[in-house]
Amino acid sequence: MDEGSVPVPEDAGRRRRVHGMLKLYYGLNEEGKAPEQPESLDPCDINGPHFDPEHYLNKLRRECSLTELMDQETCMVRQIRSLDSDMQTLVYENYNKFISATDTIRKMKNDFKKMEDEMDCLSANMAAITEFSARISGTLQDQHAQITKLSGVHTLLRKLQFLFELPARLNKCLELQAYAQAVNTHRRARCVLQQYSHLPSFKGIQDDCHAIMDKLAQELRQKFRDGGSSAKDLSECVELLLQLDEPAEELCDKFLSHARSRLESDLQGLEAEIRPSTSAVKDASAHGSSSTAAAGSPTDSSPKTSSLASPASNTDILEFIDRGCNEFVSSLCLVITSYQELFINHAQTGELASKNIPQMANGKLHAFVDDLASRYFMLVERRIQEEKGVGDNSLLVRALDRFHRRLQAVAKLLPGSAVPNKGTEIVIQAATERVKQYLSALQSFYMDSLTDVRQALATPRLSVAGASVAGPASGRDAPTSLPELLSSLSASILNQIKSVLASVHLFTAKDITFSNKPYFKGEFCSQGVRESLVVSFIKFVCQSSRQFCESAGDKGGSTPPALLLLLSRLCLDYETSTISYILTLTDEQFLVQHHSPVTPVTTLCAEAREAAQKLLNHYVKVQGLIISQMLRKSVETRDWVNTIEPRNVRAVMKRVVEDTTSIDVQVGLLYEEGVRKAHSSDSSKRTFSVYSSSRQQARYAASYTPSAPMDTNLLSNIHKLFSERIDIFSSVEFNKVSVMTGIIKISLKTFLECVRLRTFGRYGLQQIQVDCHYLQMYLWRFVSDENLVHFLLDEIVGSAAHRCLDPAPMEQSVIEVICERG
Amino acid sequence: MEDDAPVIYGLEFQARALTAQTAETDAVRFLVGTQSLKFDNQIHIIDFDDENNIINKNVLLHQAGEIWHIGASPADKAVLTTCYNKTSDSRVISCAAVWRMPSDWETGSHESPDDSAHNPQTLELLCHLDDSTHGNAACVLWEPMGDGKRVISLADNHALLWDLQESSTQATVSSTATLEGKGQLKFTSGKWSPHHNCSQLATANDTAIRGWDLRTMSQIYCIENAHGQLVRDLDFNPNRQYYLASCGDDCKVKFWDVRNAQEPVKTLEEHSHWVWSVRYNHSHDQLVLTASSDSRLILSNMVSISSEPFGHLVDDEELSEGEENHQEDK
Repeated sequence: MDEGSVPVPEDAGRRRRVHGMLKLYYGLNEEGKAPEQPESLDPCDINGPHFDPEHYLNKLRRECSLTELMDQETCMVRQIRSLDSDMQTLVYENYNKFISATDTIRKMKNDFKKMEDEMDCLSANMAAITEFSARISGTLQDQHAQITKLSGVHTLLRKLQFLFELPARLNKCLELQAYAQAVNTHRRARCVLQQYSHLPSFKGIQDDCHAIMDKLAQELRQKFRDGGSSAKDLSECVELLLQLDEPAEELCDKFLSHARSRLESDLQGLEAEIRPSTSAVKDASAHGSSSTAAAGSPTDSSPKTSSLASPASNTDILEFIDRGCNEFVSSLCLVITSYQELFINHAQTGELASKNIPQMANGKLHAFVDDLASRYFMLVERRIQEEKGVGDNSLLVRALDRFHRRLQAVAKLLPGSAVPNKGTEIVIQAATERVKQYLSALQSFYMDSLTDVRQALATPRLSVAGASVAGPASGRDAPTSLPELLSSLSASILNQIKSVLASVHLFTAKDITFSNKPYFKGEFCSQGVRESLVVSFIKFVCQSSRQFCESAGDKGGSTPPALLLLLSRLCLDYETSTISYILTLTDEQFLVQHHSPVTPVTTLCAEAREAAQKLLNHYVKVQGLIISQMLRKSVETRDWVNTIEPRNVRAVMKRVVEDTTSIDVQVGLLYEEGVRKAHSSDSSKRTFSVYSSSRQQARYAASYTPSAPMDTNLLSNIHKLFSERIDIFSSVEFNKVSVMTGIIKISLKTFLECVRLRTFGRYGLQQIQVDCHYLQMYLWRFVSDENLVHFLLDEIVGSAAHRCLDPAPMEQSVIEVICERG
Repeated sequence: MEDDAPVIYGLEFQARALTAQTAETDAVRFLVGTQSLKFDNQIHIIDFDDENNIINKNVLLHQAGEIWHIGASPADKAVLTTCYNKTSDSRVISCAAVWRMPSDWETGSHESPDDSAHNPQTLELLCHLDDSTHGNAACVLWEPMGDGKRVISLADNHALLWDLQESSTQATVSSTATLEGKGQLKFTSGKWSPHHNCSQLATANDTAIRGWDLRTMSQIYCIENAHGQLVRDLDFNPNRQYYLASCGDDCKVKFWDVRNAQEPVKTLEEHSHWVWSVRYNHSHDQLVLTASSDSRLILSNMVSISSEPFGHLVDDEELSEGEENHQEDK
């Protein structure tokens, strides 16, 4: 079925349908595919290929009613009719197409005949043209050869003329200073002259040219040497000289030495900026003690600190670096570019490449740059070292950043140069130096705040001393500032650490070029900031605290006890929370990745705890010794044999109780209560008179018979030595009761030892009885185990009785009356 | 020593004074002076027989008063000095005297050991070392390794050098040195140096240690604030002439080189209360014994600052750190 190729002006849809129906009729499926099997096999399918009319009719007749058969019949007739009409249409269309095709073929036949005639005519013409042309070229042959020869002579003559005129032209160029043209001209003639130099006339010309060119080279060199000319002129000069076969090495040297002189003037300018300041800094350091104190706090107002940062130099470091960058580094870059343009890139393309000039030139350039850069770095280092003040770190960081950034340009221009690495080293060194400065600033800040605390402690102290005379209640209000002092101290230290961390953090900020160097990502954070700044500071705090214990140990009172207590609490707080907080803060801020081993938090905490323990022990010792001293003096200076009958408690005992109370208040401000053993109901009422007197009697009875070896008394004494031994200067726990127990233990033990060295009269013993009872009344409440106080006081009274010439103890009731009277 | 059972000797009274009798070369002998206010005080002579690990004792009466310090003559084993408190008219006076033991104390004790305790013999007074103008005696020091003719007594703030004559029955003050200064200064303790021809004396008062030249009786060095608290005792290293050990109420034992008195050579902080006395071992000077009122005796092995710092015979470890009953304090 070929009808698709003929354009039929019909509706596509309809045509398709018609087409489909026809296909069905002729038992063809589209594209020759076999019709689908289930339909085709049914003999009753009127459209299927296996249609059996007989079968179909039978089926219809069997299954349908008459009306249905009628309907079927009309339907079928209608379908047959429409199919017939469709077929007619198609046949007609095909016929039409066939007729038009026949027409076309006929027309083509006519046209081809005409074309054949014209082609014949054309080939005849071409043959005629070929013949003519062959004839013309034959006639012109001779003349052409002559013309060629003539034009050759002409060129030669022109060349010769050029050569003869060359010296004059060169001279003229020289006069006009058109050096480039002169060199160009000469270059063109050079080879020829070289080749024909055996002819005398050419030799003359060549000599002349040489003389002129020498003069020209001389002039160029002169110009080159003068140096006043711009970089562009200079490079032009060099280019010309190179073309004149000047030795490149010499030119390199000259070029570089010329550049060097200019760069050195830049460097001298920079150096001049440093010079006056170094001498001035020395002056400043002479009266700099005040400035360091003020510089200790980077949080100060910026104008003040910036003036302190570089007290005498005219320019700050940013300006200095700026100047260095703009003058030195940029002209260095310029030199490098033009040098490379002239000697390396240019030479590589030209004929000079063979002479290893690029390598030689490159080597020279590297040496040159390294030399100058190292001098520049020296200056920069010197300038950075002058940045002693820790005031505004951002200025330094910005300066370093700029410094580093500008060096990247050099790195790009001169790959493989050591300059950028050296620059990075300087930055690193400056950063580490900075960290060190911050550490010392932190340390001095810490010491300053301790001095402040000391002063603050000293001032209310006077009022305590004044007030304690007035009454026991006043002891309570004076030292209330202790917790405040502690919190303000620890807060200010923490703030200081934070601000220092913030300042140091600038080094690792994202927009700083050197912050992505591996050093600043790794080692600076872990070793620099964490270890040598934060950890060192914490260690310093612990260590300086320990020093308070050691240095004060011999003198006794050089450090106020309250300060010891406060520092002990501070260290303890550090142990419990502050250290881990600070380190976490650092780790977070600096995203420390610990490549190298760092000090773990636990070590620092242990150190802080040790310091706290040491301080507290020392506090106990100092306070104990102060009270001991009072007791010792009171025992040693009195004549106990000839004392009068006791009427009241000695003033020193009241003082001891008062002091103990105020210590108790002081410690209570900073430390928790702690646990103590349960009190018996009559703690204050306990008596030792019965105990001591009865025991003494027993003892004396035994001593009447000194022969009795190893009497029970001795055995019990030995037993007591081992079982009830009290560690006097022992370690205390971090609570109030333990501290107070320690102090009271030390005081009473001193009392005991002093009593044992004296001899008492009757009233002396009684006075001791009264004093001990008074102490018992007040001291039991401070200690963890009241039996301890009781035991020690018991020993005191017992020892006093033993050292008594006339041991007649006082009635317990009388003692109580005296003590209650106060 | 580890094999033997501890040997314990009990005194009837409390005692503070103890000395080794250096003139006795055959036996290990100690003298102990008792303190009793009510009864006659005694001098106990204790012989330690280290072969049989037993103690022999003899008791002599010291009726003058309770004994605070005792010193044995280096030349005559029968001669000793005591510092004692005498109570009279409800006043307590400290005196010092030279005594001789009765010649037959040794024989008597062996015959009837039980009787000797009941009927002890009395010391024979040779002479008083008293000078009423110079105050209370704190201790008496014999010239080390001398001929028993010279003693020094420390009384309040005076150091008196006595010459003993006519078999020690007469004593005359040959020279004196006085400690000048603010307040009531008082010598607490002293030591006669066995070096430099016995021409030096070291004394302790309050927290300071002073050295004296006995030829001129002038101070030659002074260690201010040698201890944080009172200095209780001193001892010279028997083999290194400039080395000195001291102890005190700050619970520390310090070792000094008197040529450089700024810093102690070494400090020990083993005790937990006042350290009352310190002694070098006479032949092995790395061994130092200290006694403290924390009821501890500590024997330290200080090889690094001994005369033989590289050691040869003694073990490295600290020889013992035990708790023992120390008669001097209890």
